[in-house]
Amino acid sequence: MEPILSTLPQRRSRWRLNTGMLGAVLLLGIALPCLLSLPWSLKLYDAQDYTLINTAPGSTFWMGSDGLGRSLGWRCLLGGAISLGIGISAAIISVGIGVTWGTVAGYAGGRIDALMMRIVDVLFGLPYILLVVLLDLALSPFVEHVAKWMMPDTWAVQLSQLLTLLIAIGGVSWLTLARVIRGQVLSLREQPFIEAARACGVGRVRTFWYHLLPNLVGPIVVYATLTIPNAILQESFLSFLGIGVQAPMPSWGNLASEGTEQLASIGLTGSFTRWWLLVWPCVLLGLTLMGLNFVGDALRDKLDPRSRKSHR
Amino acid sequence: MMQHDKPQPLLRVENLAVSFDGPAGRVRAVNGVNLSIYPGQTLGVVGESGCGKSVSALSTLQLVPTPPGRFESGSIWWNPTPGSPGSSPESSTKSSETSSETGSDPVSLSQPVDLLKYSEKQMQKIRGNDIAMIFQEPMTSLNPVYTVGEQILEAILLHQKVSRSQAVDIAVQALKDVGIADAASRLRVYPHQMSGGMRQRVMIAMALACQPKLLLADEPTTALDVTIQAQILELLRKLQAERGMSIMLITHDLGVVAENADVVAVMYAGRVVEYGSVHDVFENPLHPYTQGLFDSMPILGSSKHRLRTIEGNVPNPADLPSGCPFHPRCRSYAGDQRCTASDPPLHEITPDFREHWASCWHVDGHEQGKATRPDVDVVTQIHA
Repeated sequence: MEPILSTLPQRRSRWRLNTGMLGAVLLLGIALPCLLSLPWSLKLYDAQDYTLINTAPGSTFWMGSDGLGRSLGWRCLLGGAISLGIGISAAIISVGIGVTWGTVAGYAGGRIDALMMRIVDVLFGLPYILLVVLLDLALSPFVEHVAKWMMPDTWAVQLSQLLTLLIAIGGVSWLTLARVIRGQVLSLREQPFIEAARACGVGRVRTFWYHLLPNLVGPIVVYATLTIPNAILQESFLSFLGIGVQAPMPSWGNLASEGTEQLASIGLTGSFTRWWLLVWPCVLLGLTLMGLNFVGDALRDKLDPRSRKSHR
Repeated sequence: MMQHDKPQPLLRVENLAVSFDGPAGRVRAVNGVNLSIYPGQTLGVVGESGCGKSVSALSTLQLVPTPPGRFESGSIWWNPTPGSPGSSPESSTKSSETSSETGSDPVSLSQPVDLLKYSEKQMQKIRGNDIAMIFQEPMTSLNPVYTVGEQILEAILLHQKVSRSQAVDIAVQALKDVGIADAASRLRVYPHQMSGGMRQRVMIAMALACQPKLLLADEPTTALDVTIQAQILELLRKLQAERGMSIMLITHDLGVVAENADVVAVMYAGRVVEYGSVHDVFENPLHPYTQGLFDSMPILGSSKHRLRTIEGNVPNPADLPSGCPFHPRCRSYAGDQRCTASDPPLHEITPDFREHWASCWHVDGHEQGKATRPDVDVVTQIHA
């Protein structure tokens, strides 16, 4: 028995070239400081020192300071927490709606499918940003009301802004996922193994949860990891337009847009480039997006047994 | 063999008609099919693609998707305890367990039940437990995201009240029974890590893990190469002999039928056109379609000559020819009125006291024959 067993294929190490691990380290290295520093960054992000305007990174401000003498380090940390929070929550909302919508449409088929997919088509036809803005405007009084009822007013206003933003982004970005998932369900439910499961006496509900859904994990994970960076980018775009995260509150998006403005004013002031205002938020955003993509790739490989190497 | 002391068949399909609603209107895929399978028997169902073989088998488990499918008429009588001498003691204790589990049908001990009237819930108890099915494509019939073991365990745990570790033992035994070496470690392997023949063995192991009384094998070897095909069929024969189960073997390979079946049903355009013991049908094919099938088979060792083909194509089921659906391709058809006017019923043709049915006006003895239920209770010992 022993020699046979030893010749059997051993399960291969999961973290091969370790891009997945690298991504995870990157993500944790950025996300953890952002989250753990929240108690301090929430107090300090707005602290101004007019004697130290636009200082370059150095001993006083290790990431430099902005035109109002605020520490860019604290602002980047809080901005990261906000951006990541919005990105992840919006992705969760979007994946939740998209997967439910797509699987129900695909599994039900017929008229229900047609109706649900026409709704998606109509939403697709509307300009994306318009939808987000409309949703944001429609939701904000309601969310603010709820938030005020639950916490002190000063917190509530700022938090409700973030909440409406992430609901608006998540509520709009599920369309592609719903289409992809529906397509997958349509092809999966005709697969012989679904019929074979039913021929074994597996009920419809169990067939759906146990046989169909796990086969969707691949596309879901890939889309989720792509939705997070997308939501972060959406957030920064909206913040840039002035609909997103509002002025004193930082996010990587509006930090970067402030940095861009400063970069444009080099010639006028004659001073040195205030590169740090643009570089730090962009580098952090870039590394995070990269980390997310690496992790998404590794997760897909891990969750899909077909991509494990076959050994006949 | 007298009519009255015949044992009851395990499964009797009566006048089954299944239709599908499609863009071209309603299509009758199966049109008045009669079949019966006795305990320990192998029924070979032969016919071209689209003649209704698979739909008949899927109907038995109510696996025909409805809609678009519709059961128009007929019944499928299932009698798990036909009381034949062939049934083993274990199988009878098991069936009493099932009937007490089902609860709702205490009559199943002696009375046949109509599977088409069963609810989805009741069918779930039958599927995989009493009647199991194996499919044509071993490549895709296993769920790619689960190990082989998990899938066999699921089948066992669904139907048997055993603990997980007992189920693992049953699964290992099931894999050993289908000739998979090193079964315990094979449980941890994913389907894509196995070859086609291995996967079909796993499918058979899964189907047989619950000791079904009837196995519906829908072209189990079509996707496999010839040597593996022979192994799988040999395995099915062996397991059938050990357990006394019945097999409905759906195929379009007459060679497979000759070697494995006891009784043959030849199907064409959704109906059974010839029915009889494998010996009778192969010795003396009556229906022109069956004769055509045999003529189109190469004979090993015979001198080189062109094989005779059956002219024409399988008719579109949405637009069947009038009368006998085979008449446009039939070599016996000579413009006679009766062939185009009416569909010949399946009559018992009894020269020499044989049990042999055919549906063709041209067959000698068809007019004198009676439209009895095709029913052949032979278990040929071709296995040994």
